[in-house]
Amino acid sequence: MAENNATFDKQEAKKVLFRPVFDNNPIALQVLGVCSALAVTSKLETALVMCLALTIVTAFSNLLISLIRSQIPSSIRIIVQMTIIASLVIIVDQLLKAYAFETAKQMSVFVGLIITNCIVMGRAEAYAMKNPPIMSFIDGIGNGLGYSAILIAVAVIRELFGSGSILGYTILTPIKDGGWYQTNGLLLLPPSAFFIIGLIIWAIRTWKPEQVEDNK
Amino acid sequence: MSASNESFFKTVLIAVSLCLVCSVLVTSSAVILKDKQKSNALLDKKRNVLIAANLYKEGIDIEQAFASIDQQFVDLKSGQLVELENAVSYDQRKAAKNIETSHKPQKDIARIGRQANIASIYLVKGEQGIESIILPVHGKGLFSTMYGFLAIKSDKKTVIGLKFYEQGETPGLGGEVENPKWLALWQDKQLFDDKGNLALELVKGSAQNQYQIDALSGATMTTRGLQNMIDFWLGEEGFGPFLSQLQTNQLVKKAGA
Repeated sequence: MAENNATFDKQEAKKVLFRPVFDNNPIALQVLGVCSALAVTSKLETALVMCLALTIVTAFSNLLISLIRSQIPSSIRIIVQMTIIASLVIIVDQLLKAYAFETAKQMSVFVGLIITNCIVMGRAEAYAMKNPPIMSFIDGIGNGLGYSAILIAVAVIRELFGSGSILGYTILTPIKDGGWYQTNGLLLLPPSAFFIIGLIIWAIRTWKPEQVEDNK
Repeated sequence: MSASNESFFKTVLIAVSLCLVCSVLVTSSAVILKDKQKSNALLDKKRNVLIAANLYKEGIDIEQAFASIDQQFVDLKSGQLVELENAVSYDQRKAAKNIETSHKPQKDIARIGRQANIASIYLVKGEQGIESIILPVHGKGLFSTMYGFLAIKSDKKTVIGLKFYEQGETPGLGGEVENPKWLALWQDKQLFDDKGNLALELVKGSAQNQYQIDALSGATMTTRGLQNMIDFWLGEEGFGPFLSQLQTNQLVKKAGA
């Protein structure tokens, strides 16, 4: 029995972990959490920290909510979820301030806004309330990865073509520093992330046509 | 979910115990990490002072670079340097909130509410005396109070640099007050004209002379706030009295020496 469970878990876990990356991406398919994707992707570094923070919060909020899911009265379940998520976000914010002060300052309110990030809340309500703790934890990691995949893609495009660098290292030397590359200022502004995310969604749906919604 | 979960007692119990657990977690993380955060914030402040004074380069040892910088305290009303007993722990922003250590400006153009009686400034020492003066400035922009440092040369009117360490203006518009490229425009601008009147202006379009700086495009209110901030802190209620008295050609004695 235990063995059976283990093998079953492994397959299921793999599915739960990797499905959100392309098949059921929180940003590209569910179109959740776009606000922070616009705000923190002008540089790859902030995007990476944001991805890490969000993945940790989603994973642990899923885990904790799943652990107490049978005890939560449904009348206050949303508030219970919010309280757990908010506490985790505050702890992550405190950790960032202590160990990555400069990045934390650049991200300013956006770490705090993970609280209202629809992905965290959405996974808590849709998955963690109904599934066991370990799987919920994996689901949180998976959705964090899905979010990260899009964020990193957007941030790479924006930093590379907007400032000619990746993680602060110059790749395309901009004209203003004596190079040849004319930086694209639009990419440094938040609206550009809209276009890039739109293009990514288009690309994913061309690759996987089953994601296209029916025209009703 | 069993039906018993829905009872009044159970609901209250879950709510209360969850709040307890979460508050303990949040509080302990805040308390445990407080020292680390404080030293980070202090280091960040020093770094910003160095940037304003144009002494910062990527990768330098901040504490070492700070060795040539002297922290001093100025009584804003008299313009005199004063000694403080609690010099190490003095926090100008905290003092501004305390009624005993602050006062209301008569003409509060920078919209700061109260200002501390004593300001904490930094002097960069060189062999010839004071090389530059770094003044803390703050004022309200559109959404937030912007906090920063203004560094000026020993002639007391040429700007070395300006750097904000805290602001919450619109990212991309008013938030550009943090843009190093824009801040670089401040270098070598003149704060006062030959008659000693405050002359620095943020102008729309393009700056024509050494008294003018290009305003931030798309950020009228932030720019207005900046102008008021400069006018206030270099005026009579700010560092005006201090600057007119300061003798920069002699070394300032270290407090207590």
